[in-house]
Amino acid sequence: MTAPTPSIAETRPAAGPVDENPNEFLTFTLGAEEYGVDILKVQEIRGYDTVTKVPNAPSFIKGVINLRGTIVPVVDLRLKFNLERAEYNEFTVMIILNVARRIVGVVVDGVSDVMQLTAEQIRPAPEFGGGINTKFITGIGALEQRMLILIDIERLMSSEDMALMDSAAVH
Amino acid sequence: MSNIDLSRFHRAFFDESLEGLDAMEAALLRLDVGQADAETINLIFRSAHSIKGGAGTFGFTAVAGFTHLLETLLERVRSGQRQVSQADVDLLLRSVDVTRAMLRAADGGDAADVDAVARLGAELEQALEMKPAAVAPVAVASAAAGWKIRFLPKSDIFASGNDPLRILRELDRLGQARIACDSQALPALADAAPETCYLSWTVELRGDCDEGAVRDVFAWVEDECELEILPLPSAEEEGAKDAQPPAAGAVAHPNPSPEGRGAEKPKLKVVEGGKEPTQERRSGDAGSIRVGTEKIDALINLVGELVITQAMLQQIAGNLDPVQNEKLLQGLSLLDRNTRMLQEAVMATRMLPVDAVFSRFPRMVRDLSTKLGKQIRLETVGEGTELDKGVIERIADPLTHLVRNSLDHGLENAGQRIAAGKDPTGTITLRAAHQGGHIVIEVADDGRGLDRERILAKAAERGIPVPANPVDADVWQLIFAPGFSTAEQVTDVSGRGVGMDVVKKNVQALSGQIEISTRPGQGTCVTIRLPLTLAILDGMSVRVGDDIFIVPLNCVVESLQPQAGQVRTLSAGARVVKVRNEYLPLAPLHELFRIRTDAPEPEAGILVLLESEGRKVAAQVDELVGQQQVVIKSLEANYRRVGGISGATILGDGRVALILDVAELVRGYARAAAA
Repeated sequence: MTAPTPSIAETRPAAGPVDENPNEFLTFTLGAEEYGVDILKVQEIRGYDTVTKVPNAPSFIKGVINLRGTIVPVVDLRLKFNLERAEYNEFTVMIILNVARRIVGVVVDGVSDVMQLTAEQIRPAPEFGGGINTKFITGIGALEQRMLILIDIERLMSSEDMALMDSAAVH
Repeated sequence: MSNIDLSRFHRAFFDESLEGLDAMEAALLRLDVGQADAETINLIFRSAHSIKGGAGTFGFTAVAGFTHLLETLLERVRSGQRQVSQADVDLLLRSVDVTRAMLRAADGGDAADVDAVARLGAELEQALEMKPAAVAPVAVASAAAGWKIRFLPKSDIFASGNDPLRILRELDRLGQARIACDSQALPALADAAPETCYLSWTVELRGDCDEGAVRDVFAWVEDECELEILPLPSAEEEGAKDAQPPAAGAVAHPNPSPEGRGAEKPKLKVVEGGKEPTQERRSGDAGSIRVGTEKIDALINLVGELVITQAMLQQIAGNLDPVQNEKLLQGLSLLDRNTRMLQEAVMATRMLPVDAVFSRFPRMVRDLSTKLGKQIRLETVGEGTELDKGVIERIADPLTHLVRNSLDHGLENAGQRIAAGKDPTGTITLRAAHQGGHIVIEVADDGRGLDRERILAKAAERGIPVPANPVDADVWQLIFAPGFSTAEQVTDVSGRGVGMDVVKKNVQALSGQIEISTRPGQGTCVTIRLPLTLAILDGMSVRVGDDIFIVPLNCVVESLQPQAGQVRTLSAGARVVKVRNEYLPLAPLHELFRIRTDAPEPEAGILVLLESEGRKVAAQVDELVGQQQVVIKSLEANYRRVGGISGATILGDGRVALILDVAELVRGYARAAAA
């Protein structure tokens, strides 16, 4: 049994002993890969609608939306991870995340389902190239034929190269 | 009982105590020495008393000990044993400061100055030992030879933490008490519950104390007992006793005024359960509750949402057939009205009277005028004018600075005033009023006025740029320049040169404006114009490409369509617009914000002239869309600061629009021009 990584332990105060309770992950696809984020960080899933552009923001920041009166930035992870295709149609979805006491919308190719992974099913992350920096990957979830890249979404979203927070607020 | 966590009551204690101190301070300043009004004295006493009581309950012994001294002194004044002197008022005011510091320290702030506390404590003790001045017969009419008190505690009085013995001991301290205990209700020992009070007492208190003092002993238990306080007939009254029947409804007033007391002294005062005085005592804040600002802000946000939703429905309803949907449309227009009324009502909850800041000035003026040796009177007008709590909090410092400036620089001393043929007492007037969606606050003095030559000389000395042939208004604006101070002497009151520029910056940060008018020898008036609330902004919506931006209306000077030749290109692509002999930098918003537009040329768009901090730029937009009030939303709450943008808002159709940061825009061009 591997101990949970400190970042998960930190961000999940309510979770009981991780070894007994399987972790729940929301899985989504970006291109050919399937990713998983801690379900407790997910606030809701909604369709992609009108986004107001923010001047001089990086291209992967689509802009801001009105989420019931709160101004919420929207990041297109497909652009962030340099995927070839990033289309916006009626099937494009946004995952609204609640990370580091902030709300962020994330555009992905599709949301698949919610999966439970026990600690044995989570393998340490291998070194590999690609869009996502390994330091944001907490592990690889293996479930039958599927392989899930588990992301520490909180760390990713508060990282400096996401440019989502003022640098003073980045820890 | 011991498992009650008192700390959760601390907040309320601190808040109430600080409020009590404010009330005390105000009352002390109001107090007319030599003719002390019993009502005011009572108010001061009660504040001290409840702070002492609270501090004792919550275990802040230092505060309790100090306020006890304070209370003792006040009690002497109240009972007429001591005539209040100017020195006493000074001492009490300083005590208020020390108590406030101690409370802050107890609340986890900076540690209180132990020496100051000890010193003042010693002074208070000394003042207490001094032979009391001649009893003022007017101030307090000692009523009866004493009081007959019947005290029937409720059986669960112990549950509230009150100890009848303590009360009896305190009564004993007021005079000669003959206490009789009624133990009839006491059951056999085996049946007695240890936490139940079975006893009641009758006390004959002989001595020179008034009813208020007796009642205060019971202040903590009023709701937990039956209490009867009857005056003991004095020898000469005995005979007349039967002449006047007990006046029905002559309910004991906790603080009868001295006149009233003499005139309609009731022979019998029955107050059941002490309910009546409690209510009257709290009449000042009756009907108000403490609510956290975050709750109110949440409410304001929700109502903002409602307004947007309502606007959306209204928009959709515009396309409906008015005949077929008559009922629906009627309902919608009703909803419209109710929503707006709700919004106004909710906004009003954040509004506070401007008195919240004005009330700090009498003390300041009093202290500073003594220090500066000037005679100064402070007048306030329109203190009931309400404005947003956020504005109130942030306007306090600029106002303090302005008042200090008037005190120090504006007003002359008595000698100079007499020489100038003026009233030796100078006047500072603070005035607040609503003026068409704005609140206007004026700080006016009848002092010497601004000196044009001295300001110009100073500006030259400090190297502050002065426009050629400056008109008066230009000269007055110079005092807002950073590093400007005209005081001949730098005093510790004001005049360190970090003054007016900060004031101006603070006012502008509140999207307000500041103006000066002055007449030599007659005085100066500084006018601050502020929006009513920080949450709403009067905006002009402009279109750039496909995007809508909101420009704060208070920054818009005018808008115009440039003619060919009006825009000139300077070196390095910088362009200027000539508007009535003024060359203004051109700020094409589509370039600044990298937005694709079909009309990149200035001649094809509209120029909006924006002004901030005395500088102007011409912002180029594609189209003026309209004017509207917008609710300001934070962009930083979930995102980050964006250059040139001060915030965001939600338009009627639910879309987000960004609000232009005019001050930053203008500053950027000023820097570019300077470079």
